Amino acid sequence: MTRRLLLLVGALLAALAIAAALAWPREQFVPAASPEAWAGTSTNIARGAYLARAGDCMACHTARGGAPYAGGRAMETPFGTLYTPNITADRVTGIGKWSADDFWRALHNGKSRDGRLLYPAFPYTNYTKVARADADALFAYLRSLPPRQVQNRPHALRFPYDSQLALAGWRLLYFKPGVFEGDATRDAQWNRGAYLVEGLGHCSACHSARNRLGASDDGLGGGLIPTIGWYAPSLTADSEAGLGKWQEDHIVQLLRTGVAPGASVTGPMAEVVAQSLQHMNEGDVQAMAVYLKSLPAGPVAAREPAPRPPEQVLEQGGQLYRQHCAACHGARGEGLGPYPALAGNRALTLEEPVNAIRVVLNGGFAPATAGNPRPYGMPPFSHVLDDAQVATLVSYLRASWGNKAAPVTSAQVNRYRAVPLD
Amino acid sequence: MTTSQHRPHPIRASAARTLAAAALASSIVTAFAHAQPQAPGRIPDTLEQRVAACIACHAPKDTAGARAGGVYFPRIAGKPSGYLYNQLVNFREGRRQYPLMTWMVNHLSDPYLHEIADYFAAQHPAVPSPPPSREPAAVLARGEQLVRRGDPALKLPACVACHGERLGGVAPGIPGLLNLPRDYVNAQLGAWRNGVRRAHAPDCMATIAERLSPGDVAAISAWLAGQPTPPGLRPLERAERRLPLACGSAP
Repeated sequence: MTRRLLLLVGALLAALAIAAALAWPREQFVPAASPEAWAGTSTNIARGAYLARAGDCMACHTARGGAPYAGGRAMETPFGTLYTPNITADRVTGIGKWSADDFWRALHNGKSRDGRLLYPAFPYTNYTKVARADADALFAYLRSLPPRQVQNRPHALRFPYDSQLALAGWRLLYFKPGVFEGDATRDAQWNRGAYLVEGLGHCSACHSARNRLGASDDGLGGGLIPTIGWYAPSLTADSEAGLGKWQEDHIVQLLRTGVAPGASVTGPMAEVVAQSLQHMNEGDVQAMAVYLKSLPAGPVAAREPAPRPPEQVLEQGGQLYRQHCAACHGARGEGLGPYPALAGNRALTLEEPVNAIRVVLNGGFAPATAGNPRPYGMPPFSHVLDDAQVATLVSYLRASWGNKAAPVTSAQVNRYRAVPLD
Repeated sequence: MTTSQHRPHPIRASAARTLAAAALASSIVTAFAHAQPQAPGRIPDTLEQRVAACIACHAPKDTAGARAGGVYFPRIAGKPSGYLYNQLVNFREGRRQYPLMTWMVNHLSDPYLHEIADYFAAQHPAVPSPPPSREPAAVLARGEQLVRRGDPALKLPACVACHGERLGGVAPGIPGLLNLPRDYVNAQLGAWRNGVRRAHAPDCMATIAERLSPGDVAAISAWLAGQPTPPGLRPLERAERRLPLACGSAP
């Protein structure tokens, strides 16, 4: 009896193992064109430096105030905290002992030099699309950085997320290596844009919904970034930040300078503009805009007609607006000079109100960029208005001048008051 | 008359309303009031307008005459530009911890931070008198002793040895110590003791804060908070004598 049970269990395990082996994402190896591809020539290094900007590698691989690319930035996830590694050329703590093939495996297959599976907070689900030649140029650039001896900090993930087995299972479900394949029916510009957006740009890391295991869906339909408390709006839905109806030159302007008529970037996107997009050439950003504009409009989520806030909320909200906001945003929310209109403002009327709440609480500056070197700032109101007042004000803004978004509650404001800013 | 003609200056809108009845309005409002009057609804293309977010907290604006002592936020007007610039960079680089400030300067460039620092360094608003201190005389005496003469037994130099005989600061990198909220001064010395506020090495203030007991910190902040700012006080152009400690921020 016991023997039969053991046999049965054994057979089941064997079947599972075979299924896993069959479905296992194959490692893909593409050889370098030649050793010249990753040689430390000034051409390779310059090209790699540009690609590193396009991938925004430095933003995550640098701790605040730390040496560039020496790692140590904490990445909060729903599964625990990850600490980014040192990717300078230090032989002990960095990637000084890595070969170009090792680097390719990390970028393309999500595996470290020692065979360890990497966590997808390192967006290899996007980077796998990067061409070998670009990976080699990136490698040449990273090798050229001054080595910094900064020990990697071990991740602090909860069980079972801290196990390689769980990670292997995740990869089985959600990862398949594969270089970007162009669409022959589209022109070179569109393909270049797609390559950058889907690959190095890793836009979907934020602008798509993630499931409970942290896997993002393929589209750019928007997603809440729960641990840092921002909503990355849909790039396909016209009710959010969908680009279909937006002028191409305004998209390019926003991505390269941080501000465009009626829009400015804030939160994590300010970092992306400051550290990555503003350093890219106009042609590439234009290509990204062309690709994004070409994406089919996402399905219009059935939004319940928003309930109108009670008259008392509207009256009190109007008072707060006139006292604190109207001088810059205009008496009728029409916007004045550099300050955006609030009437018809898509960022304000997103179904998910977190961005509107946090902008009121924290204010902030658009990033200083070559195209907008002296940005205007908005004062924070977190210490001026209490939770109920912020809720009243934001509810008023979302229901005035033609805006028709649902009111927000004090509890929502309180939740986002407590989310760390950094 | 249309409402648009009533539109107040964007930055000062709320402050001006509050202050309309306050006797101190003139001295406060002139702090940041050298811009030309604007046409209704026009947003001026000035640095003052661009840094409205800074002014919202750092310009005094409460009804009680807007003394900075009433709130935590420190005065930044009239501090030496080099000091202000260093602090802005320190927030950006994590050498000072105040999340809202880090958030504000996170993506601002060095040249812009220089410009902002220069702007505030050039502001010299009139300063109202501090309220009378309610601290025990012994505490105030200890505070005055530490500020004016230091304590050789604890190897503590006097504050005035670096911050100027009149405590107005020294260009380019040493701040004045008057007209600051007492809580702010306490918090800074505490942060230095705990290593969460840092300056360029050698970090002389860290060394000093380590030698200060919590009681001495409280005595210093109590005495400083009670001192009026002499009219026309400005940072000195250069140190009056050699600094008692080497300071990376005050070369």
